[in-house]
Amino acid sequence: MHLMYFTEQPMSAYSEEAGRKFGATALMFPNTEFDPVAGSRLYNNYIEQYMLAEEVGVDGIMLNEHHNAPFCMQAKANIFAAILAGMTKKVKIVMLGNPLPLAENPVRLAEELSMIDMISKGRLVSGFVRGGGQEQLATGVNPAFNRERFEEAHELVVKAWTQPGPFRFEGTHYQHRVVNPWAVPLQKPYPRVWIPGVISKETIVWAAQQRYPYIALNTSIEQTKKIWELYDQVALQAGYVGGPENRGYLIQVHISDSEEKAVENAKQFRWMQGEFTGLAHPVWSTPSGYGSPTNRRAFVEFASGRAQNPRGETSFEQQMADLRIIAGTPKTVVAKLRRILEETRPGILALWGNDGRVSQEDSLTCIRLMGTEVFPAIREIAKELDLKSPFESNAPVHLRYSRDLKPTAKAAAE
Amino acid sequence: MAGVTWTDATMEAAGTKLHVSRAGKGRPLMVLHHETGTLDRLPFYDALAAQYDVLVPHHPGYSRSPRPDWMRSVRDIAVVYRGLLAELKVKNAALVGLGFGGWIAAEMATMAPGDLSHLVLVGAMGIKPPHGDKGGDILDLAITGYIDYARAGFHDQKAFDRVYGAEPTTDQLEMWDICREMSFRIAWKPYMYSQTLPHLLGSVRAPSLVVWGDNDKVVPRSAAGVYAKSLPNARIEIVEGCGHCVDMEQPDTLAKLTTNFIAQG
Repeated sequence: MHLMYFTEQPMSAYSEEAGRKFGATALMFPNTEFDPVAGSRLYNNYIEQYMLAEEVGVDGIMLNEHHNAPFCMQAKANIFAAILAGMTKKVKIVMLGNPLPLAENPVRLAEELSMIDMISKGRLVSGFVRGGGQEQLATGVNPAFNRERFEEAHELVVKAWTQPGPFRFEGTHYQHRVVNPWAVPLQKPYPRVWIPGVISKETIVWAAQQRYPYIALNTSIEQTKKIWELYDQVALQAGYVGGPENRGYLIQVHISDSEEKAVENAKQFRWMQGEFTGLAHPVWSTPSGYGSPTNRRAFVEFASGRAQNPRGETSFEQQMADLRIIAGTPKTVVAKLRRILEETRPGILALWGNDGRVSQEDSLTCIRLMGTEVFPAIREIAKELDLKSPFESNAPVHLRYSRDLKPTAKAAAE
Repeated sequence: MAGVTWTDATMEAAGTKLHVSRAGKGRPLMVLHHETGTLDRLPFYDALAAQYDVLVPHHPGYSRSPRPDWMRSVRDIAVVYRGLLAELKVKNAALVGLGFGGWIAAEMATMAPGDLSHLVLVGAMGIKPPHGDKGGDILDLAITGYIDYARAGFHDQKAFDRVYGAEPTTDQLEMWDICREMSFRIAWKPYMYSQTLPHLLGSVRAPSLVVWGDNDKVVPRSAAGVYAKSLPNARIEIVEGCGHCVDMEQPDTLAKLTTNFIAQG
């Protein structure tokens, strides 16, 4: 079991009232509401949190990025990854992940990641995402080619990491005269790639075809089971059997020394008015061409106010009851997490510990209890349930490095 | 308009399938529709078909024409339409471009300036509108709701209701999304204009009419001046009390402007 700490790095000093008045807290919400003095304090708070996480024995620190929103302060996940590469000694630096389509130059991205891998002495896990719809608009990237760019940038990054240079790359969206980066990864054949996601079936299928672990982001137990059903089915077609080493799960869990305080702080998981990434116009979060054409009708109905959000709207109490938010002392938290582990069998688990306006003191308490009490108990449960991480099971980094493919499928893979 | 009989056909030009509506007799005239696609029939099309042999192709990737995945620019559509005219053996057509269609018409004009009788551009995209008086940027589809965007094309919201209904159907919303996706594929950056088009318009000798609604909230009126300056033989007409979609908001006015302009020779 690989156990990680995660925070969205909330920009908690923004004016909530201004957000409500504007009607959105994403993309077009004016950045005059951002206070760099508070920003400086908060960035350093998050570094303190990560350093403590390493000290109390978490296996990995999960990083991500978003743009134009108080929801997440990281505008470039590689910056924090580079900081952690130099400041920490043991933790895996797990990027979930770099939004590939936003890269105008995937070769530079490959170089940055290689530097992080070398500086950290091989502790990089290089996850990739498509990036939300709003991220495309915030960075001026064409949403209609999102998936094509994701796949082509991935191909180019992996080539830059593994194929001896110099070579030339002539793709549809990326053309490079000379690919010959002198920074290449320390880990061979290349750093592990994990793929986080929420709803897109296409991404689950793609991850399973690559044999990359898929990290389900705060999905319900039922949704998570459906994800693994699909993943395992594609895995079989690709010639391998899916297992805990292919399954990751991120869940909102706040731990405290009292039940009441934990629940009070956990309410901050809904600090973005109950929306995952904050209030926004639906056409910003799903620009035309970004989503799957099969969802087009449902989406336009939602975007024009004729249907409910396909993601559903649930109350804090309901989310607690559904175990999508867990809050409590280590003892109650472990009991609830056990049920999730038993039902969904992940080999990678990330706890999203603190959000919104939870104080730095309470955040550090949460991390301390996570590392010293919750994670040791989870490790025991994982042993009992035989939930091995990709590291423990020595899983291949990519399908092409598999040695256990069924013969017919193996031929197809080659 | 009574007596106008339209025929619809799927045609092919440069290997691209196109839905083309055609009606009327007389000199050939091609109408290029907006980036919101087009309804099958509009009073403006009927009014023109009373006098001309009118061709209304649905742009590739819009309305009833399938999306060619390879297309990357608005100029690609213009080339396909030049191919369509050759395929149909239509020579010396007049081009009437509406909004986004105006950009396509302008590109077509620059490609074959010797094969053009008249050019009518109505609230045309394709040129970066200068800032300052009646200036600004072209309204961004990507951050505007479907109905809000379509409504922004009208000065008089009752005119919108007449064309699309006060509550457009979900089929219509879905079609707008399909059209949007195609616009992103071919006109994402720079958004809805070409940096080279103004420099190419100088070879268009045909008489050109640049029409703008006085309350165009989609393409700022300052673009009219650039078109009129770049086209050697152009004049501007402003339609009072009208938004971007002059063809749908004041179809009779635009039809009259067009027919009078063509009649002047």
